[in-house]
Amino acid sequence: MNLLDFARGPALDVAIAIFLFGVAWRLLSLWLLPHAVDRSVARADAPSGFSARVSGFMRHMTVPKDFKLSTRFAVVNGYVFHIGLAIVVFGYAQHILFIKGITGLSWPGLPTGLINLIGVITLASLIAALVRRINSPVLRLLSGFNDYFTWFITMLPVLSGLLAVSHLGARYEILLSIHLLSVAAMLIWFPFGKLMHAFLVFMTRGQTGAFYSRRGVKL
Amino acid sequence: MTEQITIGELLTARGISRRSLLKYTAYLASTLALPPLASRAMADALASTKRQSVIWLSFQECTGCIESLTRSFSPTLEDLIFDMISLDYQEALQAASGEAAEEAMAKAIEDNKGKFVLVVDGSVSTRDGGVYSTASGKTNLEVLKEVSAHAAAVLSVGTCAAFGGIPMAKPNPTGAVPVSDIVTHIPVVNIPGCPPIPEVMAGTVAYFVTFGKLPELDHLNRPKMFFGDTIHDRCYRRPFYDKGLFAKSFDDEGARNGWCLYEVGCKGPVAYNACATMKWNNGVSFPIQSGHGCLGCSEPNFWDQGGFYKPLSSWAMGNRALIGGAAAVGVAVGALSAAMARQQRNAAVTAATPAKEKQP
Repeated sequence: MNLLDFARGPALDVAIAIFLFGVAWRLLSLWLLPHAVDRSVARADAPSGFSARVSGFMRHMTVPKDFKLSTRFAVVNGYVFHIGLAIVVFGYAQHILFIKGITGLSWPGLPTGLINLIGVITLASLIAALVRRINSPVLRLLSGFNDYFTWFITMLPVLSGLLAVSHLGARYEILLSIHLLSVAAMLIWFPFGKLMHAFLVFMTRGQTGAFYSRRGVKL
Repeated sequence: MTEQITIGELLTARGISRRSLLKYTAYLASTLALPPLASRAMADALASTKRQSVIWLSFQECTGCIESLTRSFSPTLEDLIFDMISLDYQEALQAASGEAAEEAMAKAIEDNKGKFVLVVDGSVSTRDGGVYSTASGKTNLEVLKEVSAHAAAVLSVGTCAAFGGIPMAKPNPTGAVPVSDIVTHIPVVNIPGCPPIPEVMAGTVAYFVTFGKLPELDHLNRPKMFFGDTIHDRCYRRPFYDKGLFAKSFDDEGARNGWCLYEVGCKGPVAYNACATMKWNNGVSFPIQSGHGCLGCSEPNFWDQGGFYKPLSSWAMGNRALIGGAAAVGVAVGALSAAMARQQRNAAVTAATPAKEKQP
């Protein structure tokens, strides 16, 4: 078995299995936790729980104009690499084939040149996010292994994917193997690190919105 | 049998002029990616070189390799290769059979000890002492060990000899192995392909005869001059790959428009061979040009890589029992941890309740 066979086969098998195990475990153990009843009296005009969650989530999507430039940049930059990652993952024909192989779902892909361009922008945006994290004293203080490793494990598939598509640096089968292995590593890390925010963000922001709304606060 | 006259003398006797030889060596030099001046050196070297003794052994194979070679050898330029070499033993081509054939091989070995080139097509059976493939009462394994002990080098022709090939496919009932697993004391050059390109075989032999050494090899012992580029890199459909235009099936509009075959399983990006440049049948076509994706037949293990029609970027093995089991265990562990948390809370509430009731 060569490296590519290993990456396409057992590595992805194990990675997907750990990913599903971890996500199912973490989500269910959170959803099924006993909820403390909020015994405070809600404001008279407080919206229902669901709409409060949605509006709370939506309010976090924007950044007030009176915020510092660096904070606004962080939010916009976050959008850039999140949207970039989504386009690259779901718009590249080879990725669609991968998803089709697992789920059976398929849709038209984007031109490779466009994906390349978006991939480069995404990589630059990820680097900018890291530079900001390192340069900001507050962020540096708040950051730990989980933050830096999550950044690394997110950046690696983007970089290796760009190299594989461009056939740069090594033989294509080596680059493709590294790319697939980096995706496998990301899937393994996903449920246990900060990448889990892809699922938890809906719960945490929604719950925060519900709490604030009950008290008549819009933040 | 081995003739002790030079190739130049033989060609002159056959009425082949020096001009024709120069034309042929110019063709060979371009095939081997050598500079134009090399053709003259090759012509001089060939004219003064004695014919190379070659013993060809066929093991676990389908005869596709020798079919490929012989069908292209005549009447094309490749028939000159037969003038370059003295093919002293080849079961499918020689007139002799039985003991006479075996005696011919023994004499060729005796006459050319340490000098002859051993060509092998087919993999070698090793299970149960190699009894699953025999000839003249001897296993392939025995014959290979005996003959290779006196050879100068081995050319493993075809993917079966080079990498084990179809006989080695799971569950590999005969314990098939490539030649290089058995022969370790002399150089082994792999010329894989199912079948290999005739010009690649001819070019490698020509290089050896002309320069008296083996060509530069890659990490899989394949001549770099023929296996240096991927099919994908030289494919005429590559622009469609770059544009993201793919055939989705073999009879859709994309296929009719000649778009890239990546999505229908083409292994061109990881297959190193010369099909896209040399092509087949005197340069007429090659599989991708005929509308079928590359199987990657010059690569090890191409037969057990998850399916010919599965795209390279797709998940190859798909152990659904493992995946489903892991998800089910995740659900169970999640539910269990939540249940334990509930139990702990209920216990705490129960423990706290009497204390409250005691308060005035």
